[in-house]
Amino acid sequence: MRADGTVRTVVTGVGVAAPNGIGTEAYWAATLAGRSGIAPTTRYDASGYPLRLAGEVPDFEAEKHIPSRLVPQTDHGTRLSLYAADEALRDSALDPAGLDPYGMGVATASSMGGFEFGQRELQNLWSKGGRFVSAYQSFAWFYAVNTGQISIRHGLRGSSNTVVTDAAGGLDALGNARRQIRKGTTAMLTGGVDGALCPLGLAGHLSSGAMSTGSRADRAFLPFAEDAPGQVPGEGGAFLVLEDAASARRRGAREYGELAGYAATFDAAPQASGQAGAGLVRAIRRALDDARTAPEDVDVVFADAAGVPELDRAESRALGEVFGPGGVPVTAPKSMTGRLFAGGASLDLATALLALRDGTIPHTANVARPGPGHPIDLVTGEPRAADLRRALVVARGRGGFNAAAVVRRDV
Amino acid sequence: MERRIVITGIGAVAPGKPGAKEYWELISNGRTATRTISSFDPAPYRSRVAAECDFDPFAAGLGRQEVRRMDRATQFAVAAAREAVADSGLDLPAQDPATVGVSLGNAVGCTTSMEREYTVLSNEGADWLVDHRYAVPHLYDHFVPSSIAVELAHLVGAQGPVALVSDGCTSGLDAIGHATDLIREGSADVVISGGTDAPISPITLACFDAIKATTPRNDDPEHASRPFDATRNGLVLGEGAAVLVLEELEHARRRGARIYAEVAGVGTRCNAYHMTGLRTDGTEMADAISHALAEARLAPESIDYVNAHGSSTKQNDRHETAAFKTALGQHAYDVPVSSVKSMIGHSLGAIGALELVACVLAMRDGLVPPTANLHEPDPACDLDYVPLRAREARVDNVLSVGSGFGGFQTAVVLARPEREAA
Repeated sequence: MRADGTVRTVVTGVGVAAPNGIGTEAYWAATLAGRSGIAPTTRYDASGYPLRLAGEVPDFEAEKHIPSRLVPQTDHGTRLSLYAADEALRDSALDPAGLDPYGMGVATASSMGGFEFGQRELQNLWSKGGRFVSAYQSFAWFYAVNTGQISIRHGLRGSSNTVVTDAAGGLDALGNARRQIRKGTTAMLTGGVDGALCPLGLAGHLSSGAMSTGSRADRAFLPFAEDAPGQVPGEGGAFLVLEDAASARRRGAREYGELAGYAATFDAAPQASGQAGAGLVRAIRRALDDARTAPEDVDVVFADAAGVPELDRAESRALGEVFGPGGVPVTAPKSMTGRLFAGGASLDLATALLALRDGTIPHTANVARPGPGHPIDLVTGEPRAADLRRALVVARGRGGFNAAAVVRRDV
Repeated sequence: MERRIVITGIGAVAPGKPGAKEYWELISNGRTATRTISSFDPAPYRSRVAAECDFDPFAAGLGRQEVRRMDRATQFAVAAAREAVADSGLDLPAQDPATVGVSLGNAVGCTTSMEREYTVLSNEGADWLVDHRYAVPHLYDHFVPSSIAVELAHLVGAQGPVALVSDGCTSGLDAIGHATDLIREGSADVVISGGTDAPISPITLACFDAIKATTPRNDDPEHASRPFDATRNGLVLGEGAAVLVLEELEHARRRGARIYAEVAGVGTRCNAYHMTGLRTDGTEMADAISHALAEARLAPESIDYVNAHGSSTKQNDRHETAAFKTALGQHAYDVPVSSVKSMIGHSLGAIGALELVACVLAMRDGLVPPTANLHEPDPACDLDYVPLRAREARVDNVLSVGSGFGGFQTAVVLARPEREAA
């Protein structure tokens, strides 16, 4: 039990599908080796677009990972989600059949839903006619699809939900999972695996004004660099099993760490006065308070790392305000995956837990040093060994969403 | 002491004329707003009926730039939120913005804008490699429903937690559930909540046609939505929004607010069965109801009105009838049950919130809205569905349920805050 009377929640399973690794250990090895998954787009002919790079999950053969009957009814992102959720559950060694019938639920985050599937069915409708639209379109593209499919696949009948807060979603889903456990659910499969790597998705990303102007895979997404050229979209993310700590202890589960703190805030409207990053400062401070952790007790920060100069400045200013200039190691291994939207923060949370486990901070590959406007101790060049007990994960979504989470290893 | 959550303001854009008052006038008189689709030519589709909102964004106070920027679903939400905030009497600028949150339900995002822009970029479906140079500047916001919550947050100046909740057809109820979580845990004192959807678009028609979820009763659109009737043959698509101002009880009392109802209990379950199918026994919905009642500390017998999901599909109406019998026992046969979808269709992620507004007004006026078009009850649906005409009754405690694609089952119990716990 925590001091505020709520139950403790711990992560007991991790499953990853990332551009630089399918499977948790493959991803972690690639990350520590500085191997990036950003590469020329292969999913469609990108030669006519200003951005021809993406963080695609390579060589993912859906039939090898999920039941073949699910393939025609799912978007590529849902297949990756089903894989990552399977892995997380397997990793936790938790058997949902052994729980109360409503003892486990699903909490996911999405940004655009099953978007590639949606583009294909829009094309069927507009080029051929209504009767060529898939019977699966009614649910394959909508935002709740991953929650529903994962619930069905594993027979999880507990309280379940889907949150859409753009790239802050991975942490907000985790917050929702914790809420359900606090209300009596034993465990939750939670996370985000996201992506819209199709031409229509790219058109949307390009309109955001945040996309990279770079053309070299190793120079296109450089968070906190002086010359940060913008974002590269990717796909993937992570699922986690979040569990009531008492249940985990009873069954002798391996614990990656405790979800000690979480908070979400929203920025003031753009035209309102106030410093950029003020909402992020509030989210971080509230998450630290929730975790009963002082800033000096945080050992590493996994940054949102937008890779857009103005957004990077707001974040480094916020981190400086909370931790002091250079007060804490900051890292952004997403420089090796691109922006994964609702999947990004889930993957960062998984990465933070692996860092705590191994006492190693993965580095921000491809970024030589932070730009002069960023008063942060950015981990670059190679991974940094450290005695890690508490990590902060920060995420932001377009429009003003901020979220922060603190994970803690048993000390 | 546990923080309790009350409803202090309501706003609605429902099929027919916008406004909560207009909405209540429609459904309390048993009139229907279902008709042949007018916003585009529905001739190619199997089901050509829908419940449309006669909504003029300029009359609702939106400017030209807002109309350009916002999808129809966003416009509905903004109009309903303005009405709800005014109705609550809340002085939002005087409220610490960090204590104000947004929790909005939505199932299918900015469908109409997304499809419209797709047809331009793809040259009406000819090109897989769409031409991004034809994109409107807000294209990304039309692709992510989070943009709807962003607009609402800016409107009310929220700087606390803001979320778009997307659980298919239970989104409207689940958004209210999420809002109560935020207030109870202390993350916010006021949450602008509810649901919005504007799905009436060719792609939506095509995908519901493909699974025969929507009614083919095209020759009789006014009577096409027939929950619990033996002749029902599918749902009627709807659109709209409802916004409710949720507030911590003491916060509302301190400012002398009018309190419509307490959100006393919320239960959510998944059937883990099928993305669109339902088992006939309604087990998971029944458990959601029992959970919501337990959270409200109310016995099944204390429920005075059940606002049904009543979508007018063969399987749903039997599924939930079974669920009511399991969860409420003998009382299921005694309590009035009705479906406002018989009058305003099924607006996906908005309907749960629109139905809660109906519940709130039923409590206020002591009037149970009817199930329109119910002439010949399905023998498998043998409860008191309040056919055709509204019924006067004292309504203190209400149960409202929703069921959605993905297997989501949600139950919400509203009660009077001054009630005696059972």
